[in-house]
Amino acid sequence: MLTIHNLKVRVDGKTILNGLDLEVRPGEVHAIMGPNGSGKSTLANVIAGRDGYEVTSGTITYQGRDLLGLAPEERARQGVFLAFQYPVEIPGVANVYLLKEALNAVRTSRGESELDAMDFLKRVREKLQLLEMKEEFLYRSVNEGFSGGEKKRNEIFQMAILEPKLAILDETDSGLDIDALKVVANGINALRSPDRGIVLVTHYQRLLDYVVPDHVHVLAGGQVVRSGNRSLAVELEERGYGWIENHAADAVRAEAG
Amino acid sequence: MSRSAAATEAYLAAHQALASMLPAAGTPWLDHRRSSARDQFRELGFPTLRDEQWKYTNVRSIIRQAFTLPPAESGWMDKGQVDAAAVPGMDTYRLVFADGILVPQLSRCDDLPKGVTVTGLADMLRTDPGRLEGELGELLGEPTHGFNAMNSAFVCDGAFVEIGPGVVVDRPIELLFISATGGEGRLALPRNLVLLRAGSQATLHERYVSASPARCLTSAVSEVLIEDDAKLHLERLQEESERSFHIGGLFAEVGRNACFTTNAVTLGGALVRNDLVVNLNEEGAEARLNGLYVVGGRQHVDNHTQVFHNSPRTTSHERYKGILNGHARAVFRGHIRVQPDAQQTDAVQNNHNLLLSPDAEVDTMPQLEIYADDVKCAHGASVGQLDKDAIFYLRSRGVAEAEARHMLTRGFMADVLDELEPLPLRQYLQHRIDRLMSAAREAT
Repeated sequence: MLTIHNLKVRVDGKTILNGLDLEVRPGEVHAIMGPNGSGKSTLANVIAGRDGYEVTSGTITYQGRDLLGLAPEERARQGVFLAFQYPVEIPGVANVYLLKEALNAVRTSRGESELDAMDFLKRVREKLQLLEMKEEFLYRSVNEGFSGGEKKRNEIFQMAILEPKLAILDETDSGLDIDALKVVANGINALRSPDRGIVLVTHYQRLLDYVVPDHVHVLAGGQVVRSGNRSLAVELEERGYGWIENHAADAVRAEAG
Repeated sequence: MSRSAAATEAYLAAHQALASMLPAAGTPWLDHRRSSARDQFRELGFPTLRDEQWKYTNVRSIIRQAFTLPPAESGWMDKGQVDAAAVPGMDTYRLVFADGILVPQLSRCDDLPKGVTVTGLADMLRTDPGRLEGELGELLGEPTHGFNAMNSAFVCDGAFVEIGPGVVVDRPIELLFISATGGEGRLALPRNLVLLRAGSQATLHERYVSASPARCLTSAVSEVLIEDDAKLHLERLQEESERSFHIGGLFAEVGRNACFTTNAVTLGGALVRNDLVVNLNEEGAEARLNGLYVVGGRQHVDNHTQVFHNSPRTTSHERYKGILNGHARAVFRGHIRVQPDAQQTDAVQNNHNLLLSPDAEVDTMPQLEIYADDVKCAHGASVGQLDKDAIFYLRSRGVAEAEARHMLTRGFMADVLDELEPLPLRQYLQHRIDRLMSAAREAT
C-alpha cells in the first residue's frame, strides 16, 4: 500500500533523507529505528505532508497514487494518519469537535454519510474505553494542558476513531511511563488488521515488546541500512547504534570512492 | 481656529440653542451639572494625537463633520428593525432608543419584577428628578475628554435602571440603541444610569446597532453602581454599521463583596473607542472585564481600560482579545492601579491579538502601577498569527485548510465568548462573527 523509492529530502538546504526505500503491505507492522538525527521524524512528516520538507528526488506511492501530489488533508482523507511526536495544543477547540470534523471529512470523501450524533457518540465512547480515558476529556481543548502521556494517548485515540489505512506513529512511546506505554500499545494492537499498515517510528525497542513488528528497519545517514525481523530490534538494544552508524559511514565512503 | 476648536464651537452653539429645551431644564442641580460640563467641554475640546490617551486614535474624521441631535419628535418607529436586531431564543425586558431617544412604543418593560425600575432617563428627569440628584454624573466625575463632557452637557435621554436591594432579575434587561434612523449626520448621546442596590443581581445588555448605513456619531456614557454583595453582568455589543462613529464610556464602582462582569464586543463601526473605568472601592470587590473585537476593512477600534484597586483583597481579571482582518487597526491600553493600602490585590490583565492580514495593525500597552507590597499582579500582551503547526495538525486529521483556519480563529476567541450571558447571546454572536469572517475571507 505504501512504496517509497529512492527518497531524498532536504530540510533548510541540508540533505536528511538520502535515497530511502520502504515497502509496506496491508496488515504489516513496520518499525523504523535509528539514532537521533537519522531522519526518522523527517520520513514521518514527509509522508503526512508537512511544509518545509523539500523532496529533491524519489517517489512515495500510496495505494497506487502519487502521495506527494496530495495536500495533507487529502492524504488524511485517503486514510493516512500521523500520530505526532509533539502533538499541538489547540486552545478553544474541544476534542469532540475536532473528532467530529475530522471523522466527517474522512467519511464524506469516501462517499459515506456523516455519522449521526448517536452513532458518533457510541464510537467515541467505545474508543475512550479502549484507551482508558474519561469522557470529560472529550470536552477539553485539544491537548491543552495535557501531560506528555495524555497527549500521546490522545493521538492513538484519534487514530482509533478515524480508522486509517496507513498509520505512522512518530515516537509515540517517548515520554510514556510503563503503564501508559501498555495502554497505548494496547490501543495500537487493537488497530492491527489485515487491511491496515502501521509504521512505528521509534528510538527504543521498548514499545516493540508490546507491539511486535513484522519488519524492523534501521535508518542511518538518511537510508535504510539494515532490515530484518524482531530480532534486529533486540540486537540494537544490546549493541546500541554505534555499529550501525559505522557501517553507514563505511557505505557512504564506499559510494564516494 | 483649529478644526477641533471649530467643531467644539459648533456643538456649543447647538447647546446654547437647545439648553432650555433639554429634559428637566430649570432643575437647579441639573442645570448646574449641564453648564459645568459645557464649560469643561469648551476647555477640553476634542482630543488630538498630542493627548497621550489618544495617541493612536485620530478623531479628525469625526470632527470634520457636524452631527446634529434628532428632532424632539422624530416619529421613528420601525418595529421591523427591532425584530431584526433581536437575539433569537432570548427573552428580555427591553428599552429601544432611536438615535439616543427612547421609543416607548417599541419598548417592553411592563412585567418587571417588584423593586425594579427600567425606564427612560428623560422621563425620569421630568417626573422625579430628585431621585437622580447625587447619582447622575457622580461616577463619571470630571470628564477626561470632550466626548464625555459633551454627553454631560446635553444629558438628554438614555436608560435609567435601578434594581432594589436583594432583587434578582429573572431575564436580561436589554438596552437597544438604534442609530442612523434619520439619514446622514445624526448625533446620539445616550446617557445611562444603572444602580444595583445591595445584594441585587441582574444581567444587562447594552447594544448598539444601525438602522441604515448612514454615517452617524454615537457618544454614549454609562454610569454603573454596584453596591455591596450585588452582582451585575453587563454585555456591551457594538454592532453599528461600518461607517458609524462610536465613542462609549463605562464608569463603574463596585462595593464590598460585589461582583461586576462586563464583556465589550466590538464588531461594527468605522472608528470605535471604548473607555472603561472601574473602581474597586471596598474589600472583596471583584471585576471580570473581557473584551473581544473582530474588525476588518479600515475599521479602527480602541479599548482603554482603567482599573483602580482602592481597597484590600480586591480582584480584577481582565482579558481582551482581538481578531483583525484587512487594514483594520486596534489599540489597547490597560491600566491597573493598586493603591497603597490595597493589600492582597489580585490583578491579571491580558490582551491577545490575532492578525489575519499583513496590513492589519495593533498597538497594545499594558500598564501596571502598584503602590502596595503584598499583591499578586500579572499582565501579558501578544500580537501574532495563526499557529502554522496547529494548522498542519488539523489538516493532518482531514480538515481542509480554510476550515482549519476558521476552527483556530474560533478557538482563539472561545474563552471570551464563553463569558457572555446568556447562551443564546453567545450563539448569536458566534454566528455573526462567522459571517463577518467568511465575508473577510471572500474580500481577500
